[in-house]
Amino acid sequence: MDYPISAGDTGWILVCCSFVLLMTPALAFFYGGMVRRKNVLSTLTLSFIFMSLIGVQWILYGYSLAFGPDIKGLIGGLDFLGFRGVGAEPNPVYAKTIPHQLFAAFQMMFAVITPALITGAFVERVKFKSFLLFSLLWATLVYDPLCHWVWGQGGWLKEMGVLDFAGGTVVHIAAGFSALAFALVIGPRKGHGSFPIEPNNIPLTVLGTGLLWVGWFGFNAGSALAANGVAVNALVTTNTSAAAAGLVWMLLSWLDGRPSTLGIATGMVVGLAAVTPASGFVTPLAAMVIGAVAAPLSYYSIRLRERRRLDESLDVWACHGMASTWGMIAAGFFATLSVNADGANGLFFGNPAQLGIQLIGVAVTIAFAFGMTYLMARMLHASIGLRVSPIEEEVGLDISSHGERSYS
Amino acid sequence: MLKKIEAIIREDKVNDVMDGLNEIGIVGMNLFEVRGHGRQGGVQLVGRAGTYQVNLLPKIQVNIVLNERNLEAAINAIIKSAYTGETGDGIIFVMPVDDVIRIRTQEQGPGAMIYPGDIDERKKKR
Repeated sequence: MDYPISAGDTGWILVCCSFVLLMTPALAFFYGGMVRRKNVLSTLTLSFIFMSLIGVQWILYGYSLAFGPDIKGLIGGLDFLGFRGVGAEPNPVYAKTIPHQLFAAFQMMFAVITPALITGAFVERVKFKSFLLFSLLWATLVYDPLCHWVWGQGGWLKEMGVLDFAGGTVVHIAAGFSALAFALVIGPRKGHGSFPIEPNNIPLTVLGTGLLWVGWFGFNAGSALAANGVAVNALVTTNTSAAAAGLVWMLLSWLDGRPSTLGIATGMVVGLAAVTPASGFVTPLAAMVIGAVAAPLSYYSIRLRERRRLDESLDVWACHGMASTWGMIAAGFFATLSVNADGANGLFFGNPAQLGIQLIGVAVTIAFAFGMTYLMARMLHASIGLRVSPIEEEVGLDISSHGERSYS
Repeated sequence: MLKKIEAIIREDKVNDVMDGLNEIGIVGMNLFEVRGHGRQGGVQLVGRAGTYQVNLLPKIQVNIVLNERNLEAAINAIIKSAYTGETGDGIIFVMPVDDVIRIRTQEQGPGAMIYPGDIDERKKKR
């Protein structure tokens, strides 16, 4: 059967694909501003190297493992190795009106940014070689299978009816809880807890936040895979949740002292991460609730982490893992078929079972991502080591790992 | 006799202090951005979620080498222009200087520290 290509849909997803690519350097800036000046280049590199690393991995085999023909609901087959047969013809299983290759490229940008998110856990001390190896393993053994489970045709969580519009499980919960596991293994930065480790350049973080917000329109609205009403709704819910979370975070920060710029930026990203799984299924007002609740959840998650003296350095767990966990659960409450006929109703619309399905999706993702990452990190730590030497850490990774400095 | 002043002042008082010194004819000086603390201790800043304490504060150090006869005037000018009355106004150290050699002219000793229009020339005119 022939599926005609829609120029409108194709044009829109081409734009979204570019927007989501932009999120990776945006994340590099977001993170780069929060570390010390001796580790800025290192932190930037940890993020944007994925444009290269996954840019190759995804073409060679990543896409095939995630979206290839289903094998027992667990993994995709090898039919699409090297993008073989992934061309201009639409793949009606995933998107009927755009070239299959565009769907695959759009999905690549998600695969690029997700492992980049994890790097916030281990900045300023990770050994670059070990990081590269871990990242390739993680993309292959965690991202690709999980992506298949949730989004791949025949994936077992998808078959179960888990609602994850744009990557609450696959991207944010997976990255957040992997970050937590990695931080537990690699241990804190030298001096963590005994003196304040201050951000070197908050303007860089604010720049990154702005670019992330724009990119997130591509991320969420693009996940409609068409230029239609669901895409527009996703764009509006995304904006609304980020706006509400930014405001609430500002208030929380104000109550604790002053309305901090870094806090407001953080709140905005938390709102974006929270609404991601629900963005194509809920109304703008529901998105406002999602953002407003996500802010204190992540805020006090950071506090909890600090109290436990855990150096999950840039709070990937608190800001992405916890926010999107709430977003997944919120989808179980607020999802409505009136927004998206391909979705489902949530508890507030007479379908309490959806909440249970969402919780299963969350629990499976947390257990899988945390467990696999903990295992891989432990194995690497025991063999080639995850950390640079104490003196290299002291000097800073810009010089010791890359032989460069950010500012001279 | 030559003396050296090392005055640690507030960042936001730099222009006032420079103006104050210029007014009395102290024209040669070096400024450094330094970090440290005295009685003020530190300051509380707001982070991502909540506040944290910073112990080393940014300050400006003003170094001046001058003839001993001008020392009191310079110190008074700095005190007058750097003062707010709150902790953190800073501190002034004074120490002896063995010698001064101007590289371009190879002038040596106190004579090397005289500038056109400075405090000494003004005294002469009067």
